Amino acid sequence: MIKVEQKPVDEILDFLEPYNKILLVGCNACVAVCHAGGEKEVGILAAALRMARKKLGHKLEILEDCSTRQCEPEFVEELREKVKSVEAVLSIACGVGVQTVAGRFSDIAVYPGVNTQFMGETTELGVWVERCQACGNCVLHLTGGICPVARCAKQLLNGPCGGSQEGSCEIDKEIPCAWQQIHDRLKAIGQLDRMAQFIPAKKWGRESRDRGPRTIVREDLKP
Amino acid sequence: MKSGSNLEKILEKGLFAVTGELGPPKGNDISVVEKKAEFLRGYVDAVNITDNQTAIVRMSSIAASSLLIQRDLEPVMQMVTRDRNRIAIQSDIFGATALGIRNMLCLTGDHQSFGNQIDSKNVHDLDSIQLIDCVRTMRDEGTILGGEEEVEGQLRIFIGAAANPFGDPFEFRVIRLAKKIHAGVDFIQTQCIYDMNRFKEWMQMVRDQGLHEKVHIMAGVTPLKSAGMARYMNKNVSGITIPGELIDRMAKAPKPAEEGIKICVEQIEELKEMEGIHGVHIMAIEWEHKMGQITEEAGLLPRPTVS
Repeated sequence: MIKVEQKPVDEILDFLEPYNKILLVGCNACVAVCHAGGEKEVGILAAALRMARKKLGHKLEILEDCSTRQCEPEFVEELREKVKSVEAVLSIACGVGVQTVAGRFSDIAVYPGVNTQFMGETTELGVWVERCQACGNCVLHLTGGICPVARCAKQLLNGPCGGSQEGSCEIDKEIPCAWQQIHDRLKAIGQLDRMAQFIPAKKWGRESRDRGPRTIVREDLKP
Repeated sequence: MKSGSNLEKILEKGLFAVTGELGPPKGNDISVVEKKAEFLRGYVDAVNITDNQTAIVRMSSIAASSLLIQRDLEPVMQMVTRDRNRIAIQSDIFGATALGIRNMLCLTGDHQSFGNQIDSKNVHDLDSIQLIDCVRTMRDEGTILGGEEEVEGQLRIFIGAAANPFGDPFEFRVIRLAKKIHAGVDFIQTQCIYDMNRFKEWMQMVRDQGLHEKVHIMAGVTPLKSAGMARYMNKNVSGITIPGELIDRMAKAPKPAEEGIKICVEQIEELKEMEGIHGVHIMAIEWEHKMGQITEEAGLLPRPTVS
C-alpha cells in the first residue's frame, strides 16, 4: 500500500503560520496502516501543533477528523461542515487524499502534513520497502514476482549489471541486488531460462506514466 | 564490413587487437585530450572514450571522440544509458556516425550516486542490452527503434559492449554475454581482470557455448600503481575483485609501480595464449604515458596497418 512519512513539524508550522483555526484530517486507509496518517496520528500531531503554537504565543485552534478513505469523494464530502468553519485544512493522508480534499473544496487552502513516499510492503514491524512503481505495464510474470522497475537502482530489464556483488547492489552493500533475487527466485521455481530471455525496450511512454495523469475508465461501473 | 573501422578490420583479420582508454577532461580543455592521445598514439588500434565515467561530469564522449578523429586516432565512443532516453540516444548515434565515429561501446553506466551530481535523476529508458538492439536495428534494418521510420543515410558502426566475469551471480555472466550477442554485439571488452582463475573459468563456459566464435572478446586489464590502489579498488570499485596474493605482491615490491606494470604484462602474455581471446583492452587510468612501455614489453608492437 501507499507509504507516507510525516513532514517535519517546523515545516508544517511554517505553512500554517497565517492561520488561527484549521482542520487536521487523516485517513483510515493506507496511511493509518503505516502509522503516519491515521486517527491516532491526527491526535498526536494536533497536540504537537497546539503546543508549539502556544509556545510561539500564537494559539492555533485545530478541529480533528479522519476520513474512512480520503481518496473517495463521498467520504471527503462528510468533511464539508467542518471545512466551512476553518481557515485552512491540513491533511495527513497521501498526496491523493490531499488532492481529493482540495478538489472538493475549491475555496480553501489544503496543505500536506506528510510526504508520500512509495507503494510498499511491510517487511517487519516498522519497516516498509518499496515494491511497485505503478509503471502500468507489469513484468512480474517474467521476473519471478520480483519487480526490477521498483527494486533495481537502474530499472534494468535484462539481468544484473556488472556491479552486482555477492547479492548486493553496487550502490550500497545493504541494498539487495534485485536481479540476484530474481535469479534465485526463478531458479527456485524452475524458470531460470527466463534469465536468458531478451526483454525489449519497455513502453514507458505509450502505455505508462508519461502521459499526464493516467485514467482508468470502467464503463460497466459508471452510473 | 559493418563499419570499416580499424578495430573491426584488425579483429576480422584475426589479428590480436589492442585498445586503450582516454577519460575526457572535466571541462573543455582540449589540451588534456591532446596530451593523453599522444601517449596512446601508435600503441593501440583504437581508444575508448569514456562517457562521464563513475558519473563524474566530463566533456562528452562524442565531442572527445571527434577531437580524436581530427588527430587521426580512432575512437571507441562509450555510451551509457544512465543519462539519455531513446530519443537522445538515437539522435547522438546519428550525430556520432556523421562525425565519423565508427566504434561504440554500449553500457549501462555507473550509478549517479558514485559521481559529482548525486541529486540527478537517472534515465535508463533502455538498458545496455536494449541499447545494443537499438543500434543494431538502426544499422542493419535501417530504421529507428520500434519500427517503420527509416534512417536517412547509412549507419556504419561497430557495436561493442562490456562483460564482467566478476559480477554476480556468476552463472548468469555467460548468459548475459549470450544475450548481448543475440542483441547484435560485435565485440566485447571485459572488466579489468585480476582474478585470472575466475576469468579462465568464465572463458571455459564461454567456449563451451561456442560464444567465442560469435563475438570478438577483448580482455580488460588495468596496471596497478600501488598496493593501496589495489586495496582501494578491491573495496570500492564496483564489479572489481583483486585476489589477496596480488595485493601482497604489490605490497612487497620495492618498486610497486614497476611491479604493477610487470603484473599487467604477465597477464597480457597469458591472455594472448588463451583460446577465444581476440585482443586486450588496456585501461591505464591516468597512467596513459605508460602505454608505450606496457605494449612494448607485452610484445604487442608494432601495431598492424590494415586496409
